[in-house]
Amino acid sequence: MNIPDNLLYTETHEWLRIEDGIATVGITDHAQEELSDVVFVEMPEISRELKPGEACAVVESVKAASDIYAPAAGKVVAINEELVSNPALLNSDPYGTGWLFKIQLVNAEEISGVKSAADYAEQVG
Amino acid sequence: MLKTTPLHPEHQRLGARLIEFGGWDMPVQYSSILDEHQAVRTSIGAFDISHMGQFSVSGPKATAWLNRVLTNNVERLQPGTGQYTFLLNASGGVIDDLIIYCLAENRYWLVVNASKIEEDYEWMSRHLDEGVEFTNESGDHAGIAVQGPKSSQLFEAFFGGRYSRPSHNEILVIEIDGYKYFIARTGYTGEDGFEVFCPAGRAVKSWNDILARGAQFGIKPCGLGSRDTLRLEMCYPLNGSDLSPTRTPLEAGLSIFVDLNKGDFIGREALQEQKAAGIPTRLVPFKMKDKSPPPRSHYGVWKDGVQIGEVSSGTQSPSLGTGIGMAYIPASHAKLGEEIEIDIRGRRFPAIIERKPLYKKS
Repeated sequence: MNIPDNLLYTETHEWLRIEDGIATVGITDHAQEELSDVVFVEMPEISRELKPGEACAVVESVKAASDIYAPAAGKVVAINEELVSNPALLNSDPYGTGWLFKIQLVNAEEISGVKSAADYAEQVG
Repeated sequence: MLKTTPLHPEHQRLGARLIEFGGWDMPVQYSSILDEHQAVRTSIGAFDISHMGQFSVSGPKATAWLNRVLTNNVERLQPGTGQYTFLLNASGGVIDDLIIYCLAENRYWLVVNASKIEEDYEWMSRHLDEGVEFTNESGDHAGIAVQGPKSSQLFEAFFGGRYSRPSHNEILVIEIDGYKYFIARTGYTGEDGFEVFCPAGRAVKSWNDILARGAQFGIKPCGLGSRDTLRLEMCYPLNGSDLSPTRTPLEAGLSIFVDLNKGDFIGREALQEQKAAGIPTRLVPFKMKDKSPPPRSHYGVWKDGVQIGEVSSGTQSPSLGTGIGMAYIPASHAKLGEEIEIDIRGRRFPAIIERKPLYKKS
């Protein structure tokens, strides 16, 4: 299972990469494997203000729909349009081209409830 | 405690993902639902169907009794042939859908849904006639469905020269190493294929032989996930979703498996009344019109701002690349080409009522 060291993780299997106050958000390799064959991704609207833990996107596999939760407070500034047209990217490249959306963080210095790669590995291991 | 089939250790060994299905711990997928679906549409897939139930019926009154508890006309069956049929309650609702095979004169074999074995057996026992021997053999047999366009080549690889392939809906009863095997040309995928039943103790050997011999054709073990997408593309009903004790086969659009003229059977009066009064609701296949999330069971069906029904089965069709499903709606709306809307998380997406099957081989 791939859990890159340089990312932060949530209990609910999202990952985030923070650069210049903006967090890129996706779901983990473990999560995509559990979901299997992703066939549809429903994104949050641009400019939507997210509260931490709020359901803000939906990833659908053949079998079921799964909510994606906002990992931190912030405003949606970008969504991955390529993933919308090719949802299978989420399975093939969950940490790269399969990213979901970007949020402008309210407070990039202090993000609570996220964990390190080592802690996430322990959670799913 | 979930029930397991004799192939359960093989599923674990193959790394299958297991889920609860009608009280059974069954594989939903081994590799991926899309891959397994594709294997069945282009080569071969093998499914464990050992959870399904089998009843045997014999005796001088067997034919007459079966014709009174089932909807299709049993008298039309020749030895070695089978038919799809329904077990109805007195109000014409579906208790179960099943396949009945005639093995010899007044000797029959029934294959029923796993989750309905006890209910079917209890119901049929309660209506049993003198002169009929009725036995629940579920548990004695394992079942493997071999489905896909290369299934016949696999049959030839096993039996070439020794046995000729049964035709569609026919059943061959043979002995292998002294064990009795039933091989029926039936399935639930819309592809050519066979359903093989053997003694439970032969399950693992048979499964592994099929996978080994099938390797040259690209066979894949397949789970319930692809079984569901394959059957839904063909609009084959799933009992408990598309069939229920409160819906008749006429509403489900399956009247060709109901013979109202064969004489009396349980549910016939209710069906005749419904037919005379006009069938109020219809099960219709639909396809999403534009890009949308996949429809799923229990999503609302809307028309002109009013909810008119509910999706009974829905999924993303791997073959068509779009959302498909079936829904019960008022007969007045059940017209080919009519636009309806599916409520998905509070947003309504357009869908078109289609002809069945939703998927046709090109």
